[in-house]
Amino acid sequence: MEAGALREALRRESRARTLRALALAAPLALFLLLTFLVPIGALLVRAVDNPEVARALPRTVEALRGWRGEAAPPEPAFAALAGDLSAIDDQAEAGALARRLNSDASGARSLVMATWRALRAPASEGNAAVQAAPPAAGARAPLLAIDPRWGEPRFWEVIARNGARWTPDYLLAAVDLRRDAGGAIAAMPPEQTVFRAILWRTLGIAAAVTLGCLLLGYPLAWWLATLPARTASRVLILVLVPFWTSILVRVAGWIVLLQSGGLVNQGLLAAGLVEAPLALLFNRTGVIVAMVHILLPFMILPLYSVMRAVPPDYLRAAVSLGSHPLQAFRRTVVPLTWPGIGTGCLLVFILALGYYVTPALVGGPSDQMLSYSVAQYANVNLNWGMACALGTVLLAVTLVLYGLYRRLGRAELAP
Amino acid sequence: MSRAPHLGTAERAGLLAWKALCLAVIAFLLAPVVVIVPLSFSSSSFLAYPVPGWSLRWYGEVFESAEWARAFRNSFIVAPAATLLATVLGTLAATGLARARFPGKGMLMSLLIAPMVVPIVVVATGTYLFFARAGLADSYAALILVHAALGTPFVLTTVSATLQGFDTNLVRASLGLGAPPLATFARVTLPLIAPGVAAGALLAFATSFDEVVVTLFLAGPSQATLPRQMFTGIRENITPAIAAVATLLIVFTTGLMLALEWLRGRRTG
Repeated sequence: MEAGALREALRRESRARTLRALALAAPLALFLLLTFLVPIGALLVRAVDNPEVARALPRTVEALRGWRGEAAPPEPAFAALAGDLSAIDDQAEAGALARRLNSDASGARSLVMATWRALRAPASEGNAAVQAAPPAAGARAPLLAIDPRWGEPRFWEVIARNGARWTPDYLLAAVDLRRDAGGAIAAMPPEQTVFRAILWRTLGIAAAVTLGCLLLGYPLAWWLATLPARTASRVLILVLVPFWTSILVRVAGWIVLLQSGGLVNQGLLAAGLVEAPLALLFNRTGVIVAMVHILLPFMILPLYSVMRAVPPDYLRAAVSLGSHPLQAFRRTVVPLTWPGIGTGCLLVFILALGYYVTPALVGGPSDQMLSYSVAQYANVNLNWGMACALGTVLLAVTLVLYGLYRRLGRAELAP
Repeated sequence: MSRAPHLGTAERAGLLAWKALCLAVIAFLLAPVVVIVPLSFSSSSFLAYPVPGWSLRWYGEVFESAEWARAFRNSFIVAPAATLLATVLGTLAATGLARARFPGKGMLMSLLIAPMVVPIVVVATGTYLFFARAGLADSYAALILVHAALGTPFVLTTVSATLQGFDTNLVRASLGLGAPPLATFARVTLPLIAPGVAAGALLAFATSFDEVVVTLFLAGPSQATLPRQMFTGIRENITPAIAAVATLLIVFTTGLMLALEWLRGRRTG
């Protein structure tokens, strides 16, 4: 009886402790929900959001249902379009529709705006003709009179394809796929494929940067681990100075070093190693050098923390038993540092995937990564659907790798 | 292992090469930071060596420029505000979660440190869409909130790590002697974890102080921060004024870093 009461009391106590923990974590969780998770949700929704056509042209979409684009659009669609367009009161809404259609069929912007203005103009010719035409006569001729381009099926196809409130098209386009006229998923024609190449380039640059960081970071981390603790922490400060320095300061430093009249080229010319300055900036070399520099501390720190736990005696023992030092290192130290290599590489790779500032400042047009495409579509093309779809792809790749990183067991990312 | 009399010449050469490589890597790490400093005192208009003469004109230019003044002011509005928010929220959550065990804790922790991992351009695009709809685009509020969100994982992980070495008996003793929980937190827990809290706050500050992508999306011209101003400067018109600002930033962030190292020493020692 007493044991039961004790167990009950313990259970109550542990429940109270969990509640207290959750209550203390709740403000942060709520804060991140509002400032971080909901905004990312907004990005994911925007990647499939397609409201313009469904909102502005409901009757046209209905009239085009079942039309496959193989023949001229059905007669009622012309009347429905004239009706839908006349019903738009607001220039902004007409503009949104025109922009949306234009992003899939160039020329649609001027076509929609001209037709809308003609239909809305009081007592204009086109307006009167469309309105006066008896339903049987059809609205085809009057619409074609306003703009003959309404005779081209491609504009109707775009309306039909975008009739649904949600669309997979941006996400498909972000991986160079599209829906064909029948609605089946097909590859983008080769001359229009861009994003897979950019995704591969992003992964390639991240892999090259990771390899560079490992090659430079591993020997240095081992040296740090063999130093006496006091000296090691002093040398570590030298590693941390660049880590703390603003990325923009470091990028400016690399520009000074790598530009065609920069210190590296001056040194190479003076040493007689090259005849003319090498192109080191605004190309892939510049991007990789600057990114390795920025991410190297993220490789050194996890390696160092793992190596500190490797007793140097192992290496000494192996060498004193007659093993060649390199061989001894490969057979004793390297296997013990696999966890550090794994976390360091994944961390650098994950961070490198999302780089935007460095390639934008020291890379050329063909060195830009996925983040650049996201920013370009958002800020320059104002095509938020495409920006968000590319962002979704980048996020998905990153989260898969992050899951792997968590599985490797070491959750602590902080240096 | 540096003194190993049995090593042959080849091995000695190998050791020497390895040490040379390590020094070269350290030089590589320091080079871009070091080369920028002398150029800030250059009298030339070009950000390049050799320096024809020395002058303080670029510092004068930076201090007299309204744009740089605004950038300095904005950075010192946004970063401290974001740091305060991140530190309070992160410390509370870390103390709550430190010794709690419940199903889903791993998931919750992953979510709470996600701002460290999600690509910054994804955060920037999402927050722009969200805050623009809320009417908060081009505002300090949105910038501070998002920068705070980016800083919270650093506070959470640093304070959590400090709490792992924390003796809970002290809290039990304080509570057992009749101190209310809040007083116990303020007078027992907080002083003991203060170095960890301060270290987390410094990392959160550095995160906001160096952030440029979210700022590019969310801030209007009147909220341009230092990194934002430098980004534009490097892109459009790179002069030794950039080096002057860079030098000021190097001095400032090195100070922050030394402060952090000192705090680390106190925490472990």
